[in-house]
Amino acid sequence: MADPIHQFQIVNLIPIAHVGGSEIAFTNSAAFMVVIAGGLTAFLLGATSKRRLVPSRLQSAAELSYEFVASTIRGTAGTEGMRFFPFVFTIFMFVLAANMIGIIPYTFTVTSHIIVTAALAITVFLVVLIYGLWSHGFHFFNLFIPKGVPIYILPLIVAIEILSFMSRPISHSVRLFANMLAGHITLQVFAAFIILMSAHGILGWTGAVLPFAMIVILMALEALVAFLQAYVFAILTCIYLNDAIHPGH
Amino acid sequence: MAENNKTVATVEHTPSGEHASGFPPFNSQTFPSQLIWLALSFILLYVLMSKLALPRIGSILEEREKHIEGDIAAADRLKKQSDEAIAAYEKALADARANAQAIAAETRSKQLAESEAMRKKLEDQLSARLAEAEKTIAKTKEAAMSNVRGIAVDTAKAIVERLIGTSPADAAVAGAVTDALKR
Repeated sequence: MADPIHQFQIVNLIPIAHVGGSEIAFTNSAAFMVVIAGGLTAFLLGATSKRRLVPSRLQSAAELSYEFVASTIRGTAGTEGMRFFPFVFTIFMFVLAANMIGIIPYTFTVTSHIIVTAALAITVFLVVLIYGLWSHGFHFFNLFIPKGVPIYILPLIVAIEILSFMSRPISHSVRLFANMLAGHITLQVFAAFIILMSAHGILGWTGAVLPFAMIVILMALEALVAFLQAYVFAILTCIYLNDAIHPGH
Repeated sequence: MAENNKTVATVEHTPSGEHASGFPPFNSQTFPSQLIWLALSFILLYVLMSKLALPRIGSILEEREKHIEGDIAAADRLKKQSDEAIAAYEKALADARANAQAIAAETRSKQLAESEAMRKKLEDQLSARLAEAEKTIAKTKEAAMSNVRGIAVDTAKAIVERLIGTSPADAAVAGAVTDALKR
């Protein structure tokens, strides 16, 4: 019952098809993805449907998210980065919603699965690579040649640059995945303490106040982490896109 | 709670039970489903955001900015107008003041000239009358003086007649009186 891993279990809700050896199904993860996409769309379109000159609270929130992502892109990738605005906005809002929904007990955290964060990170990586090659051609590889480096250590530097470029999707995805996973396991462990202790009568009940207080504090911390990791994911996306837009450092 | 009747993907696809209790995020059996649904929901969200939500919010923000700029421009225009009105008012005030001063100065100088002229006229009249009076006085004095001589001659003649009993010749008396008056 108190298995801290159980919350990450993928549950097939509606089996759909067998392709090769693997089954395609509508899972709990899929349900939350659909809820995220639907919820975000409903929020952003519903809040702005009246196009108020003086915004209501909801419209203000929608505008705030727009301006927040826009200013993040302008700050890291310049005005030219705004062509990726819908992409970065979608990533940020998707990850933020997934992280935030995940804090609610009994929900499933989409971003606590490495395959999801890796897919997002690889998408960003491919967008950077393809856009960089498409818009700058071979000059895109100037990215790996920092200016002002003495020629005799250049091969080493280039090798390191290429390695760091290739490892970007790994750090990009693992950071988000690990943060979500660790936070949720910690919460679950403290929750298990409450149940364990409260099974031992009145003394246990009093003692269970401690892990409960811990959970309250961790919830606040997790809310911060949920936002921060979504922001970090988005800002790293912007920084990588900036490389595709301005490869010449 | 853990043993619910929903089919767990890991249980269904791994006959050997030990994999079922493995770490779910690393269970590759669940990857295809997750990837497909992630792609679907992400692409759907991307399309909805880029085609509907973001253009709408962008246009709202742009509209608001335009509105604010319009308001600021209108306020500037009105301020300019009021500044102009104030300038016009001050100019009118200065003009009126200058006008008033000019009128006052003119009136003062006119009145000064008038009073000067009046004074001169009066002085002229007075001096004319003075001259006339002096003339009359001189005339009267002369007449009186000539009368005095006559009286003196007559008196002298009478005195001499009384003293000596004979009346002296008029010419002699007159000569004597003239001599006496000259002394």
